[in-house]
Amino acid sequence: MNSAPHASAQALPAANAQRAVPKPARGADVSGGGPDDWLWRWVTFSPALLMMLLLSLLPLVNLFLTSFYNVTWADGLPTWAPVGVANYNELAHDELLRAGLLNTLVFAIFAVGGQMLLGFVLALLCCRVTRGRILYRTIFILPILIPGIVVGAIWKLLLNFDFGLVNQLIGLIGFGSMNWLGAKETALASVIFVDIWHWTPFCFLLFLAGLESLPQDVYEAAKIDGATIWQELRYVTLPMMLPTIMVTFAFRLVTAFKVFDEVYLLTGGGPGTSTEVLSFTLYQRFFRQDRTGYGASMSIFIIFVVCILLVMALSARRRVSAPT
Amino acid sequence: MKTESTLTPRAIALHATLVVAALIVVIPVIWVTTAAFRTQISLLTGSFWFTPVLKSFVDLLFTKTSDFLVNYRNSLVVGIASTVICLITATLAAWSLHRMTWPKWVIHIFLGWAMVFHMFPSLALASAWYTMMRPVGLDNTLTGVVLAHAVLNLPMALWLMGVFVRDVPVELEEAARIDGATTPTLLWRIVLPIIAPGLAATSILTFVFSWNEFAVALTLTSKQTATVPVAIAKFAQEYEILYTQMAAAAALSILPALVLLIIGQRYIVAGLTQGAVK
Repeated sequence: MNSAPHASAQALPAANAQRAVPKPARGADVSGGGPDDWLWRWVTFSPALLMMLLLSLLPLVNLFLTSFYNVTWADGLPTWAPVGVANYNELAHDELLRAGLLNTLVFAIFAVGGQMLLGFVLALLCCRVTRGRILYRTIFILPILIPGIVVGAIWKLLLNFDFGLVNQLIGLIGFGSMNWLGAKETALASVIFVDIWHWTPFCFLLFLAGLESLPQDVYEAAKIDGATIWQELRYVTLPMMLPTIMVTFAFRLVTAFKVFDEVYLLTGGGPGTSTEVLSFTLYQRFFRQDRTGYGASMSIFIIFVVCILLVMALSARRRVSAPT
Repeated sequence: MKTESTLTPRAIALHATLVVAALIVVIPVIWVTTAAFRTQISLLTGSFWFTPVLKSFVDLLFTKTSDFLVNYRNSLVVGIASTVICLITATLAAWSLHRMTWPKWVIHIFLGWAMVFHMFPSLALASAWYTMMRPVGLDNTLTGVVLAHAVLNLPMALWLMGVFVRDVPVELEEAARIDGATTPTLLWRIVLPIIAPGLAATSILTFVFSWNEFAVALTLTSKQTATVPVAIAKFAQEYEILYTQMAAAAALSILPALVLLIIGQRYIVAGLTQGAVK
């Protein structure tokens, strides 16, 4: 067992070997290669390994297999009837899924775009402030810690047609009340707005941490060279912040694809299919209609889409971080 | 960064913008909290002034038809149990993978899978768990939700604890080894005290994320095992929405996170930003 790491280290390509050199040497020193090394390696690692195998890999494999069956439940016991790829064929003709995919795309682009932009501006402003920075940061963290469903509840009240604060406020400046969540034209925009309210603070927090860790001497050099604020932003801050921006973007994009809680509470996918998003479609098909087999194929399809997004995000990140 | 100490016009504009942003964040939360102290009629007529009443809270907590106290207890049980399971497994595994001699491919495949798993929509995972747990009778039990939440937060905990474990000086571990410390002694006496702040940060986040989680809790629980978010969602489903009770439930559900934010802001910031900066 102890020779395994050395064997694999030799098998690594030259490029990786360079990086791998200090680690095995250091690790070997720490664990000492004593008689209890092998035992404790497994004792410490196996709980997490077991959890991952039994509760993430196994259910997903099971889900994949289920997607080729038509499952009916009676008294809590399933009956399985193989249907081949019929479930996947049905996905292509599912109008609700098509609406969900389209709305999720629109939602992700505008919500993430809005959050990133606002978060960045706020972080730029906040890091120029000395007095009260901690206070601002504490306030801005608040939405991150509020449950998504409560954010939905809060804005369902605020956007209410009859008594919501939003309609009261625009009434003060002379506009008529709007049925924000009930009208086809404004429902998706309202959900996007609520998501921006919920997650801008998260982008802000990451950007602020990124800005605070930038080296100060570059800014002094820029000042000596007589750079204006805009030049400083364009040629100093943005290039140095690019890795943080890309990480935040990738993370937010993938999480925006998961959106469910707010939609569930605010609109329930309506009116019509105007706020139907992927997770909600899956919820309706799998749980409300209790179609385990078809729902499983939809889950697999959604996971596949997320994987494609991940690959795109990671390759974009690599292209960005390669020159620096 | 440049900082200002005097009140120049630019500093005033700066603070004004930030104050407006802070108000946009805070006002909705405050407005809903005040709505919880109104009567349904006072809320529906939209009058600005009102006399605060505790009726919504009393109805929510102490009437026979309301399960909110049960939901609150369920959420606490699920949050604490899943955090404990998640933190113990993640800390041990993080130390094992970063400080013991594992082949590189084991580390890469395991952590890589954890990261990919973390990105899957929780509803897709919920459908997978439901399909597995229903035949063995784990659906509609708290055990099912605890296990699901523990593994749901495991990737984040693994990542964060990995960052904190790598900050432990190798020399210290070596010295302990030379002095004859066994692995349990080393972990308990040397590693644990050093990573304690990291452990606090990760526990707070894990607990809050479990407390907030809705999709999995919705699909794996029934009336008796429903958590707080599931209960709040129920309000919106009713034909006639009890707005003030919903507001009261929302206000009460933010309470734990608010307490954690006040006492552990430092840890929360460290936890949330660790991933992107390092």
